Amino acid sequence: MNDTVQGAADERLKAEPLFAQLIKRPELGAVAGVILVVIFFSITADRSMFSLSGIINFMTPASQLGILAIGAALLMIGGEFDLSIGSMVAFSGLFFGVCAVTWHLPLVAAIPLTFIFAGAVGALSGNLVIRSGLPSFIVTLAFLFILRGLSLVGLKWATGGSTQLRGVREAVENDWLAPVFSGDAFPGLFAKLADMGLVATFNNGTPKVPGIPVEILWFVAIALIATYVLLRMPVGNWIFAAGGDRTAASNSGVPVNKVKVSLFMLTACCAALVAIITVMDAGSTDARRGFQKEFEAIIAAVVGGCLLTGGYGSAIGAFFGSIIFGMVVIGLTYTNFDQDWFQVFLGGMLLIAVMFNNAIRKRVTGER
Amino acid sequence: MTQDTKFHHGDATQNDSPIVEMKNIEKHFGNIIALAGVSFDVRPGECHCLLGDNGAGKSTFIKTMSGVHRPTKGEILFEGKPLNFATPRDAMEAGIATVFQDLAMIPLMSVTRNFFMGREPTTGRGLMKRFDVAKANEVTIEAMRQMGINLRGPDQAVGTLSGGERQTVAIARAVYFGAKVLILDEPTSALGVRQTSNVLATIDRVRKQGIGVVFISHNVRHALAVGDRFTVLNRGKTLGTAKRGEITPEELQDLMAGGQEMAALEGSLDGTI
Repeated sequence: MNDTVQGAADERLKAEPLFAQLIKRPELGAVAGVILVVIFFSITADRSMFSLSGIINFMTPASQLGILAIGAALLMIGGEFDLSIGSMVAFSGLFFGVCAVTWHLPLVAAIPLTFIFAGAVGALSGNLVIRSGLPSFIVTLAFLFILRGLSLVGLKWATGGSTQLRGVREAVENDWLAPVFSGDAFPGLFAKLADMGLVATFNNGTPKVPGIPVEILWFVAIALIATYVLLRMPVGNWIFAAGGDRTAASNSGVPVNKVKVSLFMLTACCAALVAIITVMDAGSTDARRGFQKEFEAIIAAVVGGCLLTGGYGSAIGAFFGSIIFGMVVIGLTYTNFDQDWFQVFLGGMLLIAVMFNNAIRKRVTGER
Repeated sequence: MTQDTKFHHGDATQNDSPIVEMKNIEKHFGNIIALAGVSFDVRPGECHCLLGDNGAGKSTFIKTMSGVHRPTKGEILFEGKPLNFATPRDAMEAGIATVFQDLAMIPLMSVTRNFFMGREPTTGRGLMKRFDVAKANEVTIEAMRQMGINLRGPDQAVGTLSGGERQTVAIARAVYFGAKVLILDEPTSALGVRQTSNVLATIDRVRKQGIGVVFISHNVRHALAVGDRFTVLNRGKTLGTAKRGEITPEELQDLMAGGQEMAALEGSLDGTI
């Protein structure tokens, strides 16, 4: 590299083409991926996949994963890793179920308690990582098993021997807070649109899509807030700095440990939110809830441009990464392919994304 | 080596009282005596060079000055008052900024984000309180321009800058945040010829703003190019301070090496070191 010359603009710098500028954005890979997947399915899949009900169909699993993936992405940008996200979904699902069914708490108490509980567990694993100085990979791998095991034991304790806790739906059905965390939003609007003939209806006149599932709204809102925090708040700068180089960051006055522990708590709270939504949706909770979700969430974050080494990535990228995921997992049912290709696809996508990210990082840092 | 260089020297401010004055500083680590009575001071608008070979105690001394270590014995006066820094943060807030060799920069982040890391300007209130990116970009571009570097854009990653440019970002950042004393730890040691002269020019600019610069180096040429005063550290002791023009490069070199061996060596190398 050369020093720029004092005074006039550097004559050795060529104007950067738009493509070269775009490729430096971390979320570019994920956006390109979405376009590729859409092209693939518009050729191979049944046309109904891209109807309104088809879109809602794949956005629902995408949202449930995406809420986790955005938490995981922020944590990865902050330079840490959480393998216990999936187990955390089961564990906070159990806690929420016990609050609602066993203790008969109203949602207005059960939901905040679940978040506090999840945050405390996140703070525990975060503090262990920070204080022990061990890689977060190992500490949270331990938590993956601990929390999954505790969920099983706890379920048996709460139900007297079963690994499924039923009766959540009955317990929360008439709670005023329930519509915020379950079911479909804007049913009135969709009924009206159906009357006007703007959305497809069944033969009896009810709309095929009764509303937007609440998880999609949560997903979009969380992606927007996370992006705002990362790019437009001092805390966002601290997250990038903590992940980029913790010594440099703390020498510059960034409270690195606080940032990291908060990110662990945030990830755990994202898991709790997914647990609350899915438990209320299913009406019950079981020990396999969230199984392997940690890997899927990390894949979505990596596809979204997060570097495994931290310090780089975006929440919008994780948003699109999750949509790719949802499109593929649901989209295959609209095609003639065997659904089990899904896993092959997931692994392949991860590999391509990691190689792509590595190349991008070299471009950004000017490494040769 | 000529004594006169293209740089202006801060002799006009020689009469000012020192910003930081360190008297007979001693620092022991267990049974190791790293500093055995070091006296050093820096005045506004001067560049005071601290020279010494590897292991002379330069790093320990800088760390004592910047609040990382507490001296075992001795006195530190800041603007005439005795002072004890508990943490580097205290020293920073008092106006002693240190640019270490590793620079505390993050290559993946943009120049602006590095510039304001940990001290982001905000706008708005309450929930709307946010990182004032527009202002931050503006300040960064302007601060870098004053140091003679035209950035491609404020979002340029620090990783794409050369070593000299990174050094300049670190210096510009310290100056912007109100440093009164700027400690530069071997700023030119890893740089090429052009980049070195750019950094030396930056030091000159900083000095003209009335900031006291402590320039640590083991390169006599670089020191003589910008220095107003020279202090040589050898085996944990200062061997006195010389003003510009009172000492030749050869004498400085000999002092750093502790005398004889170097003189003998230099003969065989024909004075090229």
